[in-house]
Amino acid sequence: MKFLQYCINGISIGSIYAIIALGYTMVYGIGKMLNFAHGDIIMVGAYICYCVTNYMGLPPVVGILASMVVCTLLGIVIEGLAYKPLRGTPSLAVLITAIGVSYFLQNAAQLLWGSNPKSFTSVVSSIQPFHLFGSLTITGEVLVTVTASVVIMVALTWFTSKTRIGKSMRAVSEDRDAAQLMGINVNKTISITFAIGSALAAVAGVLMCSSIPVLQPTTGSMPGIRAFTAAVLGGIGSIPGAMLGGILLGIIETFAKAFLSTQFSDAIVFGVLILILLVKPAGLLGKQVQEKV
Amino acid sequence: MKKTLLNKNSRTNLITYLVVIVAFAVMQTLSSQGKLGSAVTGYLVPVCCYIVLAVSLNLLVGICGELSLGHAGFMGVGAFSGVILATMLKDSIPSPVLRLVLAMVFGGVLAGVLGFLIGIPVLRLQGDYLAIVTLAFGEIMKNLIGNMYVGMDDSGFRLVLATAKPKLIGKGHKWILSGAMGITGIKRISTFAVGFGLVLFTLFVVLNLINSKEGRAIKAVRDNRIAAQSVGINVTAFRMKAFVVSAFLAGMAGALYGLNFSSLDASKFNFNTSINILVFVVLGGMGNILGSVISATVLYILPEAMRGLRDYRMIIYAIVLILVMLFTWSPKVKEYTSVLADRCKRMFSHKKEAAVK
Repeated sequence: MKFLQYCINGISIGSIYAIIALGYTMVYGIGKMLNFAHGDIIMVGAYICYCVTNYMGLPPVVGILASMVVCTLLGIVIEGLAYKPLRGTPSLAVLITAIGVSYFLQNAAQLLWGSNPKSFTSVVSSIQPFHLFGSLTITGEVLVTVTASVVIMVALTWFTSKTRIGKSMRAVSEDRDAAQLMGINVNKTISITFAIGSALAAVAGVLMCSSIPVLQPTTGSMPGIRAFTAAVLGGIGSIPGAMLGGILLGIIETFAKAFLSTQFSDAIVFGVLILILLVKPAGLLGKQVQEKV
Repeated sequence: MKKTLLNKNSRTNLITYLVVIVAFAVMQTLSSQGKLGSAVTGYLVPVCCYIVLAVSLNLLVGICGELSLGHAGFMGVGAFSGVILATMLKDSIPSPVLRLVLAMVFGGVLAGVLGFLIGIPVLRLQGDYLAIVTLAFGEIMKNLIGNMYVGMDDSGFRLVLATAKPKLIGKGHKWILSGAMGITGIKRISTFAVGFGLVLFTLFVVLNLINSKEGRAIKAVRDNRIAAQSVGINVTAFRMKAFVVSAFLAGMAGALYGLNFSSLDASKFNFNTSINILVFVVLGGMGNILGSVISATVLYILPEAMRGLRDYRMIIYAIVLILVMLFTWSPKVKEYTSVLADRCKRMFSHKKEAAVK
């Protein structure tokens, strides 16, 4: 029974990682860049929701919507100001710019909201936790998080395979120049990808702070790194891969904390990542690209 | 064509050495005359450490072409092993300089061995996957050191990996490193002169490596792996060489860094520190050693010098970072600046022509 409870907790944390990793993976697939500022967009999203629900007293749904809108705009602005001018330059240059953006967001948040941790009120407090088989507890947060991540993954898969914009996104990630020759507006497509990724980050931020109710300017950085690890674990660039990697990482982390040691959980999580990458160098669901000479 | 005394490589190397030596001489005279404030004197050793770290990471990122996000891990290993050795030798070796040098060598060797062990799996990967594995190693290292207890009693040396502080029974027992609390009460023996020596040593090793047969092979691997392989270069061996040398130097810098502060804990050597060193390398120019030296110095001092701006200082640092990246890399901005430069030139040449007439 305990085992099942840990599984549920792990899947819940893993679903949050998965939502963040989906954003990472999409941006990586299309922009070919590691967006280290992604974790900080999570934090901004959570703060916006906190402000809307706590200071303005509006219902949580409005808070989530507001944080999604703000983060979408933020994503588009960041992409346009900081990443677009660097298109076509070495990926390391963009990486450093992304780090600059990440510092900026963290410190701006510190100026705006202070460095003291705020206690976040859960957005799903209206759903009572219910019990299965006597000892198994499923809280409203777990239910909403898992449902949200499944819905998001299905929606994204449909979006990228069926819609016009989604198809152009895949085309750009496959071959940017060829896509441009086929009449796809590459700049617009990349902007849309950033917008979607940032909106997902906002959702992830709100859900994460509902489960772990501590909010401070550095809240996003560690989950950001974890989610990046998850994306790589599943094969970066692949949408089902990000989902799988995220949930796997969540389960490994929960089990390591429960059965082995809380202090060593970081070492265990990253150790597993290294082992998996040694066996499958392109991640679990990643495509192994043969280099042609 | 005019024949110069030295070829281009030797000339840039000479300039690099000269800049460093002149900078050292100036700082040393200023500090011996007491013209430097205590704040500036405090920066001298950390700046040396970061210069060494940046140059050694540049060997990996700029010359070898491998993105490493875990350099702080090697620095941490060097720092802790160096400090532990220096603490244990406190009674047997009275000379602090000798103890410092021994600690640095020990830290470097340990980090180098670790670099070799990590390199075996890591160097099978490429690109972003290599980056994430180095990140993972850095985090593992931080995690392990944060839960490590090292102590001494009369029966000898003890090293325990545990989640809670274990008990020592022997006579005269003492914990040196106690887990997340780190090491406290370190005797500060790092000096600017030794730091400068380490910088010179690093420059000597890295510059010679770059301009040797090995260095050319490493660069060939970076530029085109398959072509390098097909002319008979052992790709893994050369990448490994660069990796180990880089880890060794980072370990030495770590030991110097650790012995410069009275307390040390594992959280210092986190992802952010690795990223900071990477920022030094990229802003200084990948593969440009003098660039790394200068950018490490300027970028270390810049946030420190802006302490007066309090909360705004890191936000200004972030904006400066983004702007510098945009100005140095963006094709549009480059175009714009070159047009501006052209205009300026034309204006001046018009004036000159007018003056001649």
